[in-house]
Amino acid sequence: MGTDIKAPPVTGAGARTITLTVNGRERGLRVEPRVSLLDALREHLGLTGSKKGCDQGACGACTVWVDGRRVLACLTLAVTCQGREVTTIEGLGDGDDLHPMQAAFVAHDALQCGYCTPGQIMSAVALLREGHAADDAEIAEWMSGNLCRCAAYPNIRAAIREVRDAAGGA
Amino acid sequence: MSGSIGRETARVDGPVKVTGAARYSAEFPMPGLAHAQIVGARVAAGRIAAIDTAAAERAAGVAAVLTHRDLPEVAHVPLVPSLMGGPAPGETFFPMQDGTVHYAGQPIAIVVADTLEQAQHAATLVRTEYAEAPSVTTIEQGRRDAYEPEKIFGGFMPAQLRRGDVEGGMAAADVRVDAAFRFAANHHNALEMLTTTAVWDGDRLTLHDSCQGIKAVQLTVAALLGLSPSRIRVLTRFVGGAFGSKAMVWPHVALTALAARHVRRPVRLVVAREQMFTSCGHREEQEQRVRLGARRDGALTAIRHHKISLTSPFDDWAEPAFGAASQLYAAPAFEGVHRLVRGNTMTPTFTRGPGEAAGVFSLECAMDELACELGADPVELRLRNLTDVDPNTGHPWSSGGLAECLRLGAERFGWAGRDPAPGARREGNQLIGTGMSAAAYPVAFFMRTQRARARLYSDGTAVVSTAAQEFGTGMTTVLTQVAADGLGVDLRDVRLDFGDTDLPTAGSPVGSNGAMMVSAAVHNAATALRDQLIAMAVVDPDSPLHGAHPADVTVTGGRLALSGGAGESYQDLMERHRANDAEAIGSWDPPPLDTPYGLLTFGAQFAEVAVDADLGLVRVRRMTGVFAPGRVLNPMTARSQLMGGMLWGMSQALLEGTRMDARLGRWANASLGDYLVPVNADAPDVDVALIEVDDPVTGPLGVKGVGEIGQVGSAAAIANAVHHATGHRVRELPITVEQLLPHLPVPAAARSATGRPAPPATG
Amino acid sequence: MRPFGYARVADADTAIATVREHPGGAFLAGGTTEVDLVRQNVLRPDLLVDINDLPLAGIEDRPDGGLRIGALARMSDVAEAAGVADRFPMLAQALLLGASAQLRNMASMGGNLCQRVRCGYFRDATSPCNKRDPGSGCAAIDGFHRGHAVLGTSDQCIAVHPSDAAVALVALDAMVRTRGPGGERSIAIDDFFLLPGDTPDRERALEHGELITAIEVPAVPVARRSVYVKVRDRASYEFALASVAAAIHVQDGAIADVRLALGGVATKPWRARAAERSLLGGPATPDAFAEAAGRELAAAVPRPLNAYKVELARRTIVRALTALAEDGR
Repeated sequence: MGTDIKAPPVTGAGARTITLTVNGRERGLRVEPRVSLLDALREHLGLTGSKKGCDQGACGACTVWVDGRRVLACLTLAVTCQGREVTTIEGLGDGDDLHPMQAAFVAHDALQCGYCTPGQIMSAVALLREGHAADDAEIAEWMSGNLCRCAAYPNIRAAIREVRDAAGGA
Repeated sequence: MSGSIGRETARVDGPVKVTGAARYSAEFPMPGLAHAQIVGARVAAGRIAAIDTAAAERAAGVAAVLTHRDLPEVAHVPLVPSLMGGPAPGETFFPMQDGTVHYAGQPIAIVVADTLEQAQHAATLVRTEYAEAPSVTTIEQGRRDAYEPEKIFGGFMPAQLRRGDVEGGMAAADVRVDAAFRFAANHHNALEMLTTTAVWDGDRLTLHDSCQGIKAVQLTVAALLGLSPSRIRVLTRFVGGAFGSKAMVWPHVALTALAARHVRRPVRLVVAREQMFTSCGHREEQEQRVRLGARRDGALTAIRHHKISLTSPFDDWAEPAFGAASQLYAAPAFEGVHRLVRGNTMTPTFTRGPGEAAGVFSLECAMDELACELGADPVELRLRNLTDVDPNTGHPWSSGGLAECLRLGAERFGWAGRDPAPGARREGNQLIGTGMSAAAYPVAFFMRTQRARARLYSDGTAVVSTAAQEFGTGMTTVLTQVAADGLGVDLRDVRLDFGDTDLPTAGSPVGSNGAMMVSAAVHNAATALRDQLIAMAVVDPDSPLHGAHPADVTVTGGRLALSGGAGESYQDLMERHRANDAEAIGSWDPPPLDTPYGLLTFGAQFAEVAVDADLGLVRVRRMTGVFAPGRVLNPMTARSQLMGGMLWGMSQALLEGTRMDARLGRWANASLGDYLVPVNADAPDVDVALIEVDDPVTGPLGVKGVGEIGQVGSAAAIANAVHHATGHRVRELPITVEQLLPHLPVPAAARSATGRPAPPATG
Repeated sequence: MRPFGYARVADADTAIATVREHPGGAFLAGGTTEVDLVRQNVLRPDLLVDINDLPLAGIEDRPDGGLRIGALARMSDVAEAAGVADRFPMLAQALLLGASAQLRNMASMGGNLCQRVRCGYFRDATSPCNKRDPGSGCAAIDGFHRGHAVLGTSDQCIAVHPSDAAVALVALDAMVRTRGPGGERSIAIDDFFLLPGDTPDRERALEHGELITAIEVPAVPVARRSVYVKVRDRASYEFALASVAAAIHVQDGAIADVRLALGGVATKPWRARAAERSLLGGPATPDAFAEAAGRELAAAVPRPLNAYKVELARRTIVRALTALAEDGR
């Protein structure tokens, strides 16, 4: 086994050009394999809405969607996203209009310092899509991957409830 | 005054924050930017015997590796709290001046490279050999060498406090309580890590820095580097949380500036999360002992409150255990003593509710024990001991409200009819308990002159500016409200310009003073400008207000008018005078330090917990907090801050503790995976109520602040509820399962099948 | 983060051969452990072979009542799969309690079995650690070990195994299917995880370049009524202080079948066979549960800061079994 296998497509550690679809737009960038999706967004593409709170997968501030699913951008290598669709907080609203979840966060004062907020909102919108916002306990559990050190949690739940109810239930 | 103040007002910075458009200190793109990474000492004490940077220097993209061999000498700057308005280093020690190591994590090298990844990797290539010396990193290790300092808290507070005859008071007591408490160290863990971007242009330095006071950063870096403050500009609008960790200016800021000067490029440093545990201070490990004496009727006769804690090798830092704790109750005699142990940690610092979060905890848990001893209701016991004057000085409170907070809190929480017997309430596997605590936090007048500028354009819109920054308190929102009301215009017509040291000077909003001091300056600027325009109108023969007495003119919605209705708009007035704009500076100086008032913000906390009767897990089911913070500028943001503080108290009670590995001299759980802060599922719904009290002393608006008071007493209410649920007193924070397991009721296996509650174990 | 090469492959043979040819090569699936530990400078691969395009993400109900989980199926998808929730609730619960929603969307099932320990001394890339740096010592044994193991420890390592899902899989007698240079093989999951012994650096019975392709769960009728109980300080998003995967079937007042495994207290997902033996044929009473738990934990080696785990695990076992017994009444 192994003798008839075509030469593996190994690439070195150097920078290479990759193409990511970010918020519906194709973006080319040169990154080394070790560059995280989070740093690619923040340092290479100027999309600083996704935040770095720990760089260890423990806070959720970097939450973005890859192919429509919420993931942690700090533990995702940018090169692995070639050909995948990445959505960040900057891609959530519709032009100048806030997404209903963004508006609800403002209305319910679901933020203070604002640093976790983009990640919270990316999680919250995904949560409604996942269908796990039936009651407060479920919302709390499914939002527990997003730390808010200001502890705006009850207001975050209120914002999610409002959007859920406006959309016609969980 | 009708208008914006006091109205529920959504954050003015909400839209930029929910869209990701708000830029924090690491988010300013600039050409030629290099990235820095700090290398921290691996040992807690000793000296660097050898440091080999060759491999790091050879690594791809590395621009420089600086160690103590390269760094220029920086000035010695004393530790003075940033509230004082001057230079405010977090510790008097500045690293990388020689090869001495005082604490693990102390910066010993700084690596600068083209990219973040290159800097991170090169930092791992620095090889260091240490001549290690024995270290002290816990109270236990240094207890024998404890000493009584003269002053603590950056020289803010005397280390001892005595009033009355404590011996006599104790002797006269019918009942005595003696309770000792242990507190694990706490780290703030603001979600935005410490971040500095430094850009030199000749001898001028621009900094973007994640901080609580841009003026403090400017003055501290100027003092350390021997520069004029006029050469340094700090630009910081948004800060991703602080909680005290960014109140002082830590060495990394000047280190970044020095690194940028060395490589002649802009340099950005983001302190890694694990390094955050050794980069911006902490709430120190501490032990407190409270002894209470009381008469049978509940009246306190004497209080002793002693504390021992760990500080750094270079500073006498302790957060004060008995600031508010010495003032809350009318005990005729009080004795407070702080003792310190020198240890190999960095200098501790302000952490939310500094001093009172632990000090009031100790007092209020002891008061709960006293209530149990006396068979008194805990709320009634507090009410029995209230005082109308500051017992330390005899001065009346500038404003009070504690009794009202206690009564309203009890009512909202449903305290009446509570069965005081511990362990009496059981729901399935859960033991249910309720507890309460009083809360107080000092108002301090240490700040210097605060300034703001108001400018009104002839179209009726205004820009109000002040050198403050927004770190989540909602300050920019309340300043906008205050400016709008001061000018007499609508909220939407005011834009606040902030976050730039070139703007009129504001101090560091720390210790809950931000709303009071900066809003006072903004109010004075806005009303000065309004008065200037009113004065213009009443002497203008073409104005409908001509000849009116200025005091009779009011301005609302940008229209100057007499009560009778005659008037005109700012716009008409200014256009007639061909004024494109009008401008005024407002300033505010705090009352003198010897102002004859007792200065505390009061509150009351109530909590209900469920303790798993078999597993010992404690979950908070609901909390009620009632607070009297003077005037409430914005009930919405005030409630949010108070709620956050209450949940910090929950976390202090049940989750947060940084654990020292004394053999290695290093924190053993320095990550957000291992240092537990609450997640959404931990946070119950929180009921916050506000009682407005008139305060004639704390600035023109009578604001006292809401940043810390929410946390004070919250942990005590929870700990007292845990006792009520289980019958066991846990005197160590955080309260964890291993402390409760041995004291829980008989396990399920031996419980009768009827589900009747088992008798509680006694603690 | 140290530099490394990267290859994205579309078939298993290429993936295996590529890792095989590089002594410093490693597979990259969800990356939730791997990227973290590479950044921490704990893992030092020089090549990551991205296997996420491999067709190994299926979740398949077997007609016999078993389940085949592709190695690249994500935790979130497995937890939501109807066949899992119905037939193996303990596994669905363990997956949901095992990580945040974001991590569950990322982490693969094969990767879950390969996740590394959360011992702070292992993670800091600095302290003595026999697992990271064989022969350097264990800082945890006399250090801060509140979260560490009391079962399956050695004098070389006391790090606790972090997985929740693996605890359920061990209780269910799952088989780990692999493919490597030597062809395909099946490894009983209890044999897949290795005790630290004298070689704590070896955590799994996998060779370099051997790829997990699937996890096969046999039909386990008793698991239809099963539970995963996880005890932790924080209400969510934390590793277990103690956890229990349990299933029980009571017939005519006697325990006819039982599955029990422990997490959070052992150096590997811990099948509680001594407790199972104690329970089989006996009454389903709290006293019997406590007795069985005691037997399992008799082998525990507690240390000053984790001694509570013995009692906590005992109580958690009783809680889990009691809940099942009451539920089935």
